[in-house]
Amino acid sequence: MIGELGSFALMLALGLALVLGTVPLAGAWRGRQDWIGPARPAAWALALFVTLSFGLLLTCFAQNDFSIRYVAAHSNSMLPLYYRLAGAWGGHEGSLLLWIQVLALWLAAVAHGSRRLPDEVAARVLAVMGLIAVGFLAFILFTSNPFERLLPAARDGGDLNPLLQDIGMIIHPPLLYMGYVGFSVAFAFAVAALLGGRLDAAWARWSRPWTLSAWAFLTLGIFMGSFWAYYELGWGGWWFWDAVENASFMPWLVGTALLHSLAVTEKRGAFRGWTVLLAILAFSLSLLGTFLVRSGVLSSVHAFASDPQRGLFILGFLAVVIGGALVLYTWRAPALGGGGTFSLWSRETLLLLNNVLLLAATAAVLLGTLYPLLLDALGMGKISVGPPYFDAVFAPLMLPVLALLAAGPFVAWKRDTWKALPASLRHVALAALLAGLAVSFGLGLGLLAAAGLVLASWIALASSLHLWLRLGEGGSWRHRLLRQPASYWGMLAAHVGLAVFVAGVALVKSGESHVDASLRVGATVRAGELEYRFVAMERHDGPNYVAARGTFEVWQGTRRIAVLQPEKRYYPVQQSPMTEAAIDRGWTRDLYLSLGEPAADGGWQVRIQHKPFVAWIWSGVLAIALGGFLAAFDRHYRVRRTAAQPISQLTSLEGVSA
Amino acid sequence: MTRRQKRFLLLAVSLLALGAAAALVLSAFQKNMVFFYSPAQVAAGDAPRQRSFRIGGMVQKGSVRRDADGLSVQFIVTDLARAIPVRYKGILPDLFREGKGVVAQGRLEGGLFVADEVLAKHDENYMPPEAAKALADAGGGAK
Repeated sequence: MIGELGSFALMLALGLALVLGTVPLAGAWRGRQDWIGPARPAAWALALFVTLSFGLLLTCFAQNDFSIRYVAAHSNSMLPLYYRLAGAWGGHEGSLLLWIQVLALWLAAVAHGSRRLPDEVAARVLAVMGLIAVGFLAFILFTSNPFERLLPAARDGGDLNPLLQDIGMIIHPPLLYMGYVGFSVAFAFAVAALLGGRLDAAWARWSRPWTLSAWAFLTLGIFMGSFWAYYELGWGGWWFWDAVENASFMPWLVGTALLHSLAVTEKRGAFRGWTVLLAILAFSLSLLGTFLVRSGVLSSVHAFASDPQRGLFILGFLAVVIGGALVLYTWRAPALGGGGTFSLWSRETLLLLNNVLLLAATAAVLLGTLYPLLLDALGMGKISVGPPYFDAVFAPLMLPVLALLAAGPFVAWKRDTWKALPASLRHVALAALLAGLAVSFGLGLGLLAAAGLVLASWIALASSLHLWLRLGEGGSWRHRLLRQPASYWGMLAAHVGLAVFVAGVALVKSGESHVDASLRVGATVRAGELEYRFVAMERHDGPNYVAARGTFEVWQGTRRIAVLQPEKRYYPVQQSPMTEAAIDRGWTRDLYLSLGEPAADGGWQVRIQHKPFVAWIWSGVLAIALGGFLAAFDRHYRVRRTAAQPISQLTSLEGVSA
Repeated sequence: MTRRQKRFLLLAVSLLALGAAAALVLSAFQKNMVFFYSPAQVAAGDAPRQRSFRIGGMVQKGSVRRDADGLSVQFIVTDLARAIPVRYKGILPDLFREGKGVVAQGRLEGGLFVADEVLAKHDENYMPPEAAKALADAGGGAK
């Protein structure tokens, strides 16, 4: 019964989405207020019915309703409740429902937050999002309904993949989708601007907080995935450049370019067409990412052909959304008009370089991700490009971005000169160079790591200097600090976070080491300055698995600094073994220990890894995400401004950017 | 400089930067492309001698032998037509099992494939696509 109600709610939602996607658009086109009016109520109703059906799916998982095929395939009565609920997005159908649920959340947020927008603009934005919902709801209902019945019902479920039985599975997909789907708002604003023919600074100011929050969520989502892979896959890697990761990283790169380009459009009215194009691109890559991961095309391009209905629908949908938006762009963009001019040395130029380099990096990732798939699909042989390719391409493209980023905030809009840069900035550059080189030399790091450290200290120092100069003189400290807008703190947090992240990457990449050994209980092994004692091995079973748990003591000289308890688990339902690593975390190093297989002589294979400064990677990325949220909640985005203001007036606004 | 000249300079610099980036990307792509060969192709001498590549197939039943150090392992990868012995030092992935699909990356040294990476994914039904293809091409049943 619950299953049928779920399907029914989805059908109603599809009907509402059709109304939302057409009537307000026509109303805005013909200027009929009575057709524009239903946009918000329809958006709310759509969100309500989607949420209802998602709630019903969760109920089916909670109640172990194995008469529903999807529940039977992704859950098991032995599974703890929270993993059963997370199992709702553990497979293809459910994760599509999660996607549309997240779209419903954004729809409601836009319906609520757009009260300050002119009705006509809000109607267009909501309608475009409604059209996207039509595509996804139709896809779910016609090809991948999670409420489909299984006859006869299964006695118990096939269980959730053990790798997914983790807190990461509960948090990671919703966060990632908040990011992916959040770009649909930026996309909807872009398409609405093309349709309405109005693309000015006010438009950029409306679109910016939405883009910023989507981007911040995406940052958190990627962070969570990487953090999860680090401890759960058991082998200590934190980024593998595999296609699934790349699928989420490409929209992030374009999203980053979009944020910076939006800043130019808001402050200076320039880069208009470019900004719109980036918004279209960011969402297109989000869609591509969703489908790459969810269609099964990655594990085999032929999975696509085995279910041609889904495959064709996906290709068709991508073609309509991306192709339609691009056609609209080529048709309407010339009418948008150019922006303000700027001289060669100006903040605009620096941001343009930022955009060009970020897009080049995106193109490189796209090539490495899709080309092997394409060759395979065409039957032209199988190739793979691994991390060496991405490392070789990515670092040289990002180093100039890092170098320019620190200088950006010091350079004025429109026109500036080299000489106008404060003399202290030169001292800071010199200090960063010396500090970075000294540390690199002291630790014996390679060239690339040294460059990373120099640039990281350059960004950190230059950002601090910028804050210092900006706080200026006069007034109490408290007053001077509080006077700065949230968007300024956001920019600082993101830039300094990036510096911390880069330093972490440089130190991990150049300083990590590992020792593989085969040990029996009672044996010890040395790894660097530390001694690992294999103290015990005992059985330690969980609710739905059996496990062997080893206990290792880590000694530094005569002091015991940590006890590590890695596990080797076996999940009977899926018949799969799992390595559960033990990690002793610290600000300057992680000790990472994982168990291999038992050897014939009663010993166990053990991999001991020493990973310096991994915590810096995590904290850097968290600071970047925090920066995004801070900027999104800047007060000046919430001030009511219905009429477009001339750009000259906008530039005088206190506020920052980029 | 006049405005026109500045524009031209900006355009030229951007194009130059894009060109350099494209050159960098394509050369890195060329250098790091890893080709896949089935055991039959390796046996026929199609695989490169100097360059790292991937082989895939099934781990032959009863072929896994461990050395006394407990870490080095030798096994045979077969596409049911031809078989190639593989050597690897290190800890194998959780789902490495005899009779299941596997992909190894490494170099050919004499008749022995010395792997520096062994992949087997986390799903008991999963066959690495390369391995499935090798088996299918050789006329064996995938899975």
